[in-house]
Amino acid sequence: MMELKTEPVVINMGPQHPSTHGVFRMRVTFDGEVIVDMEPVFGYLHRGIEKLAEERTYTQVIPLTDRLDYVASMTNNHAYVLAVERLAGITVPERAEYLRVIMDEMMRISSHLLAVGFLLNDMGAFFTPLMYMFREREKLLDLFEMVCGQRLTYNYMRIGGLSHDIPPEFLPALNRFVQEMPHFIDEYDQLLAENEILLARTKGVGVLSRELAINASASGPVLRASGVSWDIRKADPYSVYDRFKFQVPIGTAGDIYDRYWVRIQEMRHSVRILEQAIKGLPSGEVMAKVPPLLRPPQGEAYAHIESPRGELGFYVVSDNSIAPYRLHIRAPTFINLTTLRDLVIGWKLADAVAVFGSIDIVLGEVDR
Amino acid sequence: MNGWDWIHWLIFVVVILGFALSMIIVFIWTERKVIGRFQLRRGPNRVGPMGVLQAFADFIKVLTKEDIVPAKADRWVHLLAPIVAFVPALLVLAVVPFRDGSILADLNIGILYVVAIGALGVVGIFMAGWGSNNKYSLISAMRTAAQVVSYEVPVVLSIVGVILITGSLSMVTIVHEQQVPFILLQPLGFLIFFLGTTAEINRSPFDLLEAESEIVAGFHIEYSGMKFALFYLGEYAHAVAASAVITTLFLSGWKGPVLPPVLWFLIKVGFVFWLFLWMRSTLPRLRVDQLMGFAWKFLLPLALFNVFLTGAEVLLWEEKMASWGNFPWPFLFLNLALAGGLIVLWSKFFRLGGGRVEV
Repeated sequence: MMELKTEPVVINMGPQHPSTHGVFRMRVTFDGEVIVDMEPVFGYLHRGIEKLAEERTYTQVIPLTDRLDYVASMTNNHAYVLAVERLAGITVPERAEYLRVIMDEMMRISSHLLAVGFLLNDMGAFFTPLMYMFREREKLLDLFEMVCGQRLTYNYMRIGGLSHDIPPEFLPALNRFVQEMPHFIDEYDQLLAENEILLARTKGVGVLSRELAINASASGPVLRASGVSWDIRKADPYSVYDRFKFQVPIGTAGDIYDRYWVRIQEMRHSVRILEQAIKGLPSGEVMAKVPPLLRPPQGEAYAHIESPRGELGFYVVSDNSIAPYRLHIRAPTFINLTTLRDLVIGWKLADAVAVFGSIDIVLGEVDR
Repeated sequence: MNGWDWIHWLIFVVVILGFALSMIIVFIWTERKVIGRFQLRRGPNRVGPMGVLQAFADFIKVLTKEDIVPAKADRWVHLLAPIVAFVPALLVLAVVPFRDGSILADLNIGILYVVAIGALGVVGIFMAGWGSNNKYSLISAMRTAAQVVSYEVPVVLSIVGVILITGSLSMVTIVHEQQVPFILLQPLGFLIFFLGTTAEINRSPFDLLEAESEIVAGFHIEYSGMKFALFYLGEYAHAVAASAVITTLFLSGWKGPVLPPVLWFLIKVGFVFWLFLWMRSTLPRLRVDQLMGFAWKFLLPLALFNVFLTGAEVLLWEEKMASWGNFPWPFLFLNLALAGGLIVLWSKFFRLGGGRVEV
C-alpha cells in the first residue's frame, strides 16, 4: 500500500483572530488537529507605557495605568498609587482606604464576569453566557460611572486618596447590587457547572501543575486553581484587607474547569467583602494632604496588590524630581501567559483556544 | 401519465422554490430574533416592523460587496462550491409532502433519496475548503468530511426503525402510517436522528466546521459577495430541509386536528427549527474528537439497539394484532421507558473523554 506523506502545518492564530482577546499571536504547528508546537508572539500592543511614565509627573501617570489592564482599571490605579504612597510615606485616610477596597472588589467581580463569559464564548457557546455575564457587569459599570463618570478608564484614585468622595446615591445602589449578586452567581453555577459539554471540554484539559505554576511565578486565579494558596490580600495585606473576613478559594486539579471554578467562587467572596466594607465604611476625608507637585524623596518602592488576574506590582524609583526616574510594572497576565506553551502541547486546536481563554489575559497589560 | 404532467412539475417546482426561499427568509429572521431573546437582547428591530426586513437588508448589503477570489485559489472549485452546497437542500424538499397529495414527486424510495441527496451538501463545503487555499478552510473541510461520514451511519440506522414499522420508503406512506407521531413510538430513533441531523447540517453544538472561536469562519472564510450569500442561504436551506424531514418522519407531517394541514406542517417545521435554535444558543461546542466519539460510541450502539428492538416489536405485533386492536399501545410505553432508561444508563458509563496526545 502506498504510504501517504503528511507534514505538520504552521498556522498563525492572530494577531487578527476572534479568540485572541486583542492582538496576541500564537504561531502554532499542527499535526492534523493536534498541536505539536506553539510559540506565543507578544508585542503588537506595545505602547511604551513604562517609558512614557518617566516623562510625566507622578499624578499624570495615573491615567496611563488605566490603559494597562483595561477591564480592571481601578486595581491598576490602586497598585500604582500604593507604590508612590509607600515611596513618599503618605498615609491615606481611612474612608479612602475603604472606598479603594470597595472599588477593587467591584472591579474583581466585573473582571471575572468578563473572564468567565469569554471563556464560554471561546468554547463555542454562542454569546449567550457572555450576555448573561454582561447583564451584571453592566450594573457595575453604571456604579463606576456614578462614582467617576467613566465606564472603562476610571482615573479615580489619587496619590493620597481618591479624586473625590462617592455621590450619595452610590451606596444604596451598591447595596442593591450586593444583595442581588449571590442569586445571580447561583444562577451561573446552575447553568454552567453541570453542563456535560462544558465538563468534557474543561475537566483535565490544560493542566497546570503545582510545580510549574510556582516555577513560572504564576499568580492569581491561575495559580490558585493549581492548588497554591497565595493571595496578596492574605499573604501581604495592603489597604484595609486585614480587617475583612473572607476565604481564598483553592482549586485542586489546575485544569480549565478549576480556573473557571475559582473565578466563580472568588466572586462570591468579593461580594462578602463588599458587604463588610459597606457596613464598616467610616466618614471623613477621602484625600490626605499631598503637595500638588509631588517630589518623593530619593529611593525606590515596590507595591503589589491582588488584581483580578494576579499579582500586579509597580516598582517606582525616584530621583527626587517631579517624575518617576523609572517605573516597572509586574504584569500578572504576562507572566501567567508564559505557561501557555506547556499547557497546550498535545491538545487539540479547540483546546488551545479554551486554555488561552482560561488564563484570561488582557493585551493592554501583557504588552504594556 | 398523460400529456399534462408537466404542469404538475412546473407548479411544484415553483411552489417549492418559493416555499424554500420564503422559509429561509423567515428562518433567518426567527433565528436572529429568538437568539436575541435567549441572549437578553432584542434582536434586529430597525429595518421594517420588528426587524422583519433585516434579512433583505443583509442580502442587499452582501450583494454589493466585492467578489474576491484569492490569488492562489482553485478558481473553478471556488466558484462551484457554493452552488454545490446550496442545491441539495432544495432537492431534498422535492420529496417532502406538504399535505396529502401535495408533493413534487412521491418516490417509492423517498427516504433513501433524502439520505443520498442530503449528504451531497458536504461535497460543496469540502470544495470550498479545498479551493480557497486557506489553512483554516482546509481544517474546516477535513472536519466536515469526517463529521458527515460518522453521523450518516446512526442517522440512517435510526430511520430503519421507522421503515420497519411502516414497511415503506415513501414519505407519503410514512405520514399515512403515523396514527400517533413516531416520536412517541420511536423516541430513541427521533433523538438519534435529531442529533445526527444537527451534526449533518452543522449547527451548534456540532458546528465544528464554522467554529468562529477556533477557525474563524471555516470553509467560507475566503468568500464574499454573492458566493457568501449562497453559503449563508444554503445553511438555512439545509436547516429548513432537515426540519421538514424530521417533521415528516417523526412528527406525523401534515396531520393534526382543527387547523388546515399545511399550517400544521409549517408549525411543526418551525418547532423543530426552534429546537435547533435552543441548542445553538445554550450549548458550548464539542471538540472534534469528542464529536467523533459521540457518534461512534454513543449514538451508533443506541441506533443498533433501536433497530433490534423495533424489529422484534414488529414481529410480535403481527401475531398480536388481532387482540390489541389496530395500534400497539404497549410498545409505545415500553419504548418511551426504554429510551429514557437507556439514555440514563449510557450517560452513566459514557464519557465524552478524549485526552492529551503525546507528541
